[in-house]
Amino acid sequence: MKLLRYGLFLISSLWAMSITSAPLDDQKNLQDHFFNQFPTLSRQDFANGVYALDADAKQSWLAIEQFPPYEIAIDRGQHLFTQPFDNGHHYNDCFPNYQEGISQHFPYWDFKTQTVTTLSQAINRCRQQNHEQPLAPSSQPLIDLVAYLTFLSRDKPITITIPSDPRAQQAYQQGKKYYHQRRGQLNFSCASCHIQNAGKRLRTEILSPLLGQTSNWPTYRLKWGRVGTLHQRFIGCHKQIRAQSPALQSEIFRHLEYYMSSISNGLPVNGPSVRK
Amino acid sequence: MSSIKIRTKRQSGNTQIRTLIAHPMETGLNTDNETKKTIAAHFIQQLTVLHNDEIILTTDMASGISKNPYFSFEMKGGESGDKITIQWTDNQGNSDSQDTLIK
Repeated sequence: MKLLRYGLFLISSLWAMSITSAPLDDQKNLQDHFFNQFPTLSRQDFANGVYALDADAKQSWLAIEQFPPYEIAIDRGQHLFTQPFDNGHHYNDCFPNYQEGISQHFPYWDFKTQTVTTLSQAINRCRQQNHEQPLAPSSQPLIDLVAYLTFLSRDKPITITIPSDPRAQQAYQQGKKYYHQRRGQLNFSCASCHIQNAGKRLRTEILSPLLGQTSNWPTYRLKWGRVGTLHQRFIGCHKQIRAQSPALQSEIFRHLEYYMSSISNGLPVNGPSVRK
Repeated sequence: MSSIKIRTKRQSGNTQIRTLIAHPMETGLNTDNETKKTIAAHFIQQLTVLHNDEIILTTDMASGISKNPYFSFEMKGGESGDKITIQWTDNQGNSDSQDTLIK
């Protein structure tokens, strides 16, 4: 009896471990999984999403990239970034290293506020410090600013660190759980499509693998006809599986972005980009 | 900040000119989601391309062109250092112009 109880304890603790495995293990396991599944693709290729898997789509994407529509957003973002606030300060007072590229470090765990901080939030925090109104998460100026800062991070490897602080770990685990939990009327999880069925076709579309899903945002989607954010795409995913969606920049979306970005560690940032 | 971006490329005796113009191109049939009011028509009516200040192309455009339109065309000849000018005028009387030199 005692042995049985001990055995059950051991099994349940192993099960718990597999669910709450360490971020670095998750990253290695999932990256190895995708490298094995798509042996012809290099690490860099994964940053191109489905274009790495579909030669025809890649051709038309590369043609668009010769004179990409998101350049207008980058220009507007650069213009906004250099405008002074009413108190005479600039955005670069908040982001002194912006020219070296900062977006590859976002989202990060902010020890001061004890939250996962995205680039959009950091920009709004900067505005509030300078007594400006924060911008709405879906507003064009904010997306343009993020597009500009992401452009400066091009080809920098994504480097998300998850500190051992239990609250940071908890945020990561929440994001991971959200990615793997089934929801909505169609009862899909993110992982159903983007891990288990990655690379297969869903009607006419190829499902992108989780690895590299965050590297190209913000992206000009041909469907939207404008540059949009990763969180706006999350809402699209929820609609497709007929699930209720959390709000843009909500805690759960930020944790989800935290998890997804950490899996893509080491891949180059290639946003802003163009996607179908 | 100019609304016109131009890229040129010389290839086998011709010059490829590509342009991307930032413009809302409103048809006059769209409704503002918040105010529920019709958005006034606002679209480029004429686009002109000049090669060394000589008109080589004019287009009359209506509301059926997309937002932030992109155009690409080939010009016969063209030497490195030649000036290409692109101008537009819209139905609300706005206009913009941008010069570039062929590479």
